[in-house]
Amino acid sequence: MAGPVSPHSELGRQRILAAWWFLAPMLVVLAAAAGWPLLKTIYFSFTDATLNNLSGAQWVGILNYYEWLDYGDGTGEAFGLLADEQWWAAVYNTVRFTLISVTLETLFGLVIALVLNAEFKGRGLVRAAVLVPWAIPTIVSAKMWAWMMHDQFGILNDMFLRLGLISAPIAWTASPDTAMVAVLIVDVWKTTPFMALLILAGLQLVPGDIYEAAKIDGVHPVKVFFKITLPLIRPAILVAVIFRALDAMRVFDLIYVLTPNNDRTRTMSVFAQENLFQFDKFAYGSAASTLLFVVIALMVILTIKLGRMDLEGNG
Amino acid sequence: MANLKLTNVAKSYGSVKVLHGIDLTIRSGEFIVFVGPSGCGKSTLLRLIAGLEDITGGTLEIDGQVVNALPPSKRGIAMVFQSYALYPHMTVYDNMAFGLKLANTSKEDLDKRVRAAAEMLQITQYLDRLPKQLSGGQRQRVAIGRAIVRDPKVFLFDEPLSNLDAALRVATRIEIAKLHERMHQTTMIYVTHDQVEAMTLADRIVVLNGGKIEQVGSPMELYHAPDNLFVARFIGSPAMNIIPAKIEAGGMPATVRPLNGQPVQVDANVPASAAGSAATFGVRPEDLRPTDGPGLFSGNVLLVEKLGEVVLAYIDIGMEEPLIAKLDGDSQLERGQHISVTADADRLHVFDGNGKAYVRTRRALAA
Repeated sequence: MAGPVSPHSELGRQRILAAWWFLAPMLVVLAAAAGWPLLKTIYFSFTDATLNNLSGAQWVGILNYYEWLDYGDGTGEAFGLLADEQWWAAVYNTVRFTLISVTLETLFGLVIALVLNAEFKGRGLVRAAVLVPWAIPTIVSAKMWAWMMHDQFGILNDMFLRLGLISAPIAWTASPDTAMVAVLIVDVWKTTPFMALLILAGLQLVPGDIYEAAKIDGVHPVKVFFKITLPLIRPAILVAVIFRALDAMRVFDLIYVLTPNNDRTRTMSVFAQENLFQFDKFAYGSAASTLLFVVIALMVILTIKLGRMDLEGNG
Repeated sequence: MANLKLTNVAKSYGSVKVLHGIDLTIRSGEFIVFVGPSGCGKSTLLRLIAGLEDITGGTLEIDGQVVNALPPSKRGIAMVFQSYALYPHMTVYDNMAFGLKLANTSKEDLDKRVRAAAEMLQITQYLDRLPKQLSGGQRQRVAIGRAIVRDPKVFLFDEPLSNLDAALRVATRIEIAKLHERMHQTTMIYVTHDQVEAMTLADRIVVLNGGKIEQVGSPMELYHAPDNLFVARFIGSPAMNIIPAKIEAGGMPATVRPLNGQPVQVDANVPASAAGSAATFGVRPEDLRPTDGPGLFSGNVLLVEKLGEVVLAYIDIGMEEPLIAKLDGDSQLERGQHISVTADADRLHVFDGNGKAYVRTRRALAA
């Protein structure tokens, strides 16, 4: 491994220069594909831009976020994103979706990873098979599940009716009571393999001999899991949870396809998309996107900070 | 504190047999070393004793109790692994205390035992550290400490020194010898492929090859009276010179003529009926010395290795393998030089056509 590069020596300067050259293409692409649109979106969120009039947008300050309309008689009304009940409902939906889906996916992923980590015949085949849901494009799996959950022709209702679990067909994706459940089922089905894969990678890094040492120490298997396996794979689980949580916070396609226009499942991304392209409130949608970005950025910083502290505390 | 009795112990993975009927009795307090080349089954045998692998045939008794079906933690054993196998997320103290803590040992007793073991191994100042903050030698001492704390009847070592560098290996070897002295009632079983470790540590060595025991004996027995060609070649460095030979006359001593060498008397008990039969002649490099006369063998020196205290001479005696002689460190020997070497009758070995040693008459008694 190369040692630390000193910027004061000629060789060090050359190596730093070379590093920048190698990084340059990536930085250019990143700036063009991520940096520019991000800045542009943040800019639009402070204007009155509409889809028809992007170039003629006028600066309006924070009006898209918050505006107090004074009626002159001591009363008034708040407008803007921060006063929009539908926005806060979307925030609530997103957080709820993220918490539940990531929790379930972590638990199921952990169980599957533990099973896949054991030695058994045909393990390679099972490992490949488990990944299938994850390999299917979200649009396809959402459509597929939409049919399975169809209130009249869906196989889910048919099975539940035959088993006597329900007495009447349920409109899984349309009913306010079950829409979120439907979305969660599909998301857990689809993304658990990803969690399992990441956790499995962590499990495979745990040296096998310490399990033998634990056997000699006479440690009960349950204790082995909680006292040895879990602490050792926690970094892997943490990474997987962060990845998944970030993904879940910006969930869009699944909900857009499976439960469109449903107040119970409208997430922040869906809210932004609706305003941007369907309601012709481009600036308002930009403001929503910007807030979503801020929320996710804060979450990343918080998670990493907490994760570090935790790791040092117990590691 | 415990004696072990292995009766016809066998192990197979599916149709692959890795151990073929091992019979072995280990006395209480003995230091036994399993030695052999890679894949000989020595580690497997240790793991069978530990209970980390199932015995597929025969019985294993500890203190007269058959323990085939007993889990490792109930056998009264402790094991030190080649890779240390420390719990990476626990401090040295917790590593040593973990097993006992779960066994509901009282806090004071636990603390006393951990600290006593740490004291003995001089790792007290590291008790609060994590394994990754320790050097290889320190980690191995922690692993040994974890085993001591269990107060085992049988101490198992699986190649504990092979991950250490050369200097540390010698130092730790000496520490293990001291440990055995201090814990002289504890039976110790030690696996290694390093014959120096085997020779220096063992009360008795078990030489394994191809899943079978080749010979069991004290280090000196194995050195002076190897039962067969395998043990003769395996113990000693450089290995014993092996040369095809013919028995010229049986008796005590017998007369043997090695290929490309002079007939020579060997202090071994060879039946008269063996006269004329094919045999194998063996002589250790360190038993050869230069001579002015015709000697036992003569030839040109192919290569000279000067190691300081000794000189290794590789002598071309017209065989595929050169004859190796370990000569005095001051020997002025040049490549291409002609040399004759000889050895005393009581230093020679002779094996029958199946590689079984003819019993040596004088050296064997000395051992």
